[in-house]
Amino acid sequence: MGETLDRTSLTRRQLLARSAAAGALFVVGAGFVAGTDAAWASEVKHLEPRTMATLIQMARDIYPHDHVGDEFYAAAVKGYDAEDKKAMVEAGIAALDAAARGKGHASYLDMGWERDRVDILRGMEDSAFFQTVRGGLVTGLYNQKAVWPLFGYEGESYSKGGYLEHGFDDINWV
Amino acid sequence: MAAKFDLTDDSIVVVIGTGAGGGVLANELAQKGVKVVALEAGGRYLPGDYLNDEWDSFGQLAWLDARTTSGDWRVAKDFSGLPAWIVKAVGGTTTHWAGASLRFQEHEWKALTTYGRVQGANLLDWPIDAAEMAPWYEKAEDKLGVTRTGGREGLPGNNNYKVFEAGAKALGYKDVHTGRMAINSADYDERTYCHQVGFCFQGCKFGAKWSSAYTDIPRGEATGNLEVREKAHVLRIEHNDQGKVTGVVYADADGNQQMQQARVVCLAGNSIESPRLLLNSASSMFPDGLANSSGQVGRNYMRHMTGSVYAVFDQPVRFWRGTTMAGIITDESRHDPSRGFVGGYEMETLALGLPFMAAFLDPGAWGREFTTALDAYENMAGMWLVGEDMPQETNRITLNHDVKDQYGLPAPNVHFDDHPNDIAMRNHAYKQGQAVYEAVGATRTFPTPPYPSTHNLGTNRMAENARDGVVNRWGQTHDIANLFISDGSVFTTGASENPTLTIVALAIRQADHLASELGKGNL
Repeated sequence: MGETLDRTSLTRRQLLARSAAAGALFVVGAGFVAGTDAAWASEVKHLEPRTMATLIQMARDIYPHDHVGDEFYAAAVKGYDAEDKKAMVEAGIAALDAAARGKGHASYLDMGWERDRVDILRGMEDSAFFQTVRGGLVTGLYNQKAVWPLFGYEGESYSKGGYLEHGFDDINWV
Repeated sequence: MAAKFDLTDDSIVVVIGTGAGGGVLANELAQKGVKVVALEAGGRYLPGDYLNDEWDSFGQLAWLDARTTSGDWRVAKDFSGLPAWIVKAVGGTTTHWAGASLRFQEHEWKALTTYGRVQGANLLDWPIDAAEMAPWYEKAEDKLGVTRTGGREGLPGNNNYKVFEAGAKALGYKDVHTGRMAINSADYDERTYCHQVGFCFQGCKFGAKWSSAYTDIPRGEATGNLEVREKAHVLRIEHNDQGKVTGVVYADADGNQQMQQARVVCLAGNSIESPRLLLNSASSMFPDGLANSSGQVGRNYMRHMTGSVYAVFDQPVRFWRGTTMAGIITDESRHDPSRGFVGGYEMETLALGLPFMAAFLDPGAWGREFTTALDAYENMAGMWLVGEDMPQETNRITLNHDVKDQYGLPAPNVHFDDHPNDIAMRNHAYKQGQAVYEAVGATRTFPTPPYPSTHNLGTNRMAENARDGVVNRWGQTHDIANLFISDGSVFTTGASENPTLTIVALAIRQADHLASELGKGNL
């Protein structure tokens, strides 16, 4: 799930005490974004923490899988927290928030319904920013080995001698 | 012991490429005592090196040099820099291929005669036919150990096949089985049997699938007549004032240019690189490129009519387990113009891992329509559709002088527009593929667009008359007697079958001819 904060030195209570809500799913504080339940946290060094929270929400709205936790989306976009990407991402998220304000919301993260956020994304899907984020997620999200079991995918079988003795023909419903 | 030949040795045959065409040709020549240097652009990877992880393997094996695309095919939009998914390694794309090994049908050797003239298509009969090719196909099947030929048993069906077979039978299809595959169902030719690993595309770690990388290449080397130089990327073919080729210039593993002299040059770099090399070898004597008096070098690029159908069921399938493509319905491969198109298509089982399914199911798609499909990944079945596409003169490989490769040479541009016949066939195939799965209770089906091409054909086509094509019935260029083409670029038309078996059969036949001509002193 990317770089997490040192949880041994920061309890859930301390984490929440140092943060403010950013939408329904995230809290942000100085140098980090975390799940509202503080079950995961990700360090942010270059972007504004709220920008990273919005980017994670955007990633989920592009490829929403309700059984996949936010920490996997956070890991998928972790690479954007870099000095050479900062300007592109801050500008892209600013455009997202501006579009949300145009629809009468305080920000993208303050839009409560996925369909409203998706409307915003549809309006910018030809932009370089959107296509960069979407294209990056195809590998950033689905090529995380930790995500595979959530879809049932077992990956390599060579280490156990192939699927020959491990269910290659085990279905009986047809 | 592998041979070692001098750069100035002008008595040898140089083979460019070591895949289904070049790898087989090099070994067959070496077995007959002909001295061969095979130049391979990629490195050498063996079963122990193969990576059973889709993206890692892609990074290890795929040909990723600069290429560009144009035309109305969707690949040009979705994968603009990756027209083809083929391999740069010793063994070429025989590391990646799925193993389907089918003979052309008799009528497919004579497409123009059988189909008649088709507007916009550059159809032509092959100068050879099924009867002439039958003994060479038999040799190829024995070399590859093709199942369901020569007394070899078929492979067992995996979960994906079970769904496919049940749907085919429910729909009334008659000819469905686990395929004629160059994947061992029992130990054969010092290779073990298929362990249903599920990563046929990434190189078979058990070596159960035939690849020239660990069969023909080492056996050729063992004769002492074959030297394989890996990471040797050929840049140019040279010729003399008499218009005979004299050797090739290549960049070696350190990037230094070397000139290897040759008595004969055989080009087997795939249907993109082979014409590109001929075009990049233009000279004052051959200003349009080598062997191009017909103007057909690079033209008639074919990639097969392809597409896929995936389907979701209310029960698990786990289609990634086991052989990737061991399942076929051949009922639609006949020529039956009443369906609204000429030629036919095969339906073959196909599975992708989750990472590649995300990339290829519907490239560019996002949102819940897309993600709910992947949510059902475990309950998915899949098939590939592969049929004969129409050769068109305007579908072609050209040099893109605005984009250079790592050696400063113009990159190849791959232009492809679907012919109306291709579109009609694809739409028919989508409908039939979806019907197969709906017949066994699919809750949702996906008519999935073509991937970057693995079947690249036709850009140096074989023709009886020099004005119609680039090579004659032996793969010898019409213009230059000691220059041969030895890969799928010689295909006059594409037929509906996966091409590797035919490339191998042609290579065995060409080796026989070449050795005979060399022996007679004719070359």
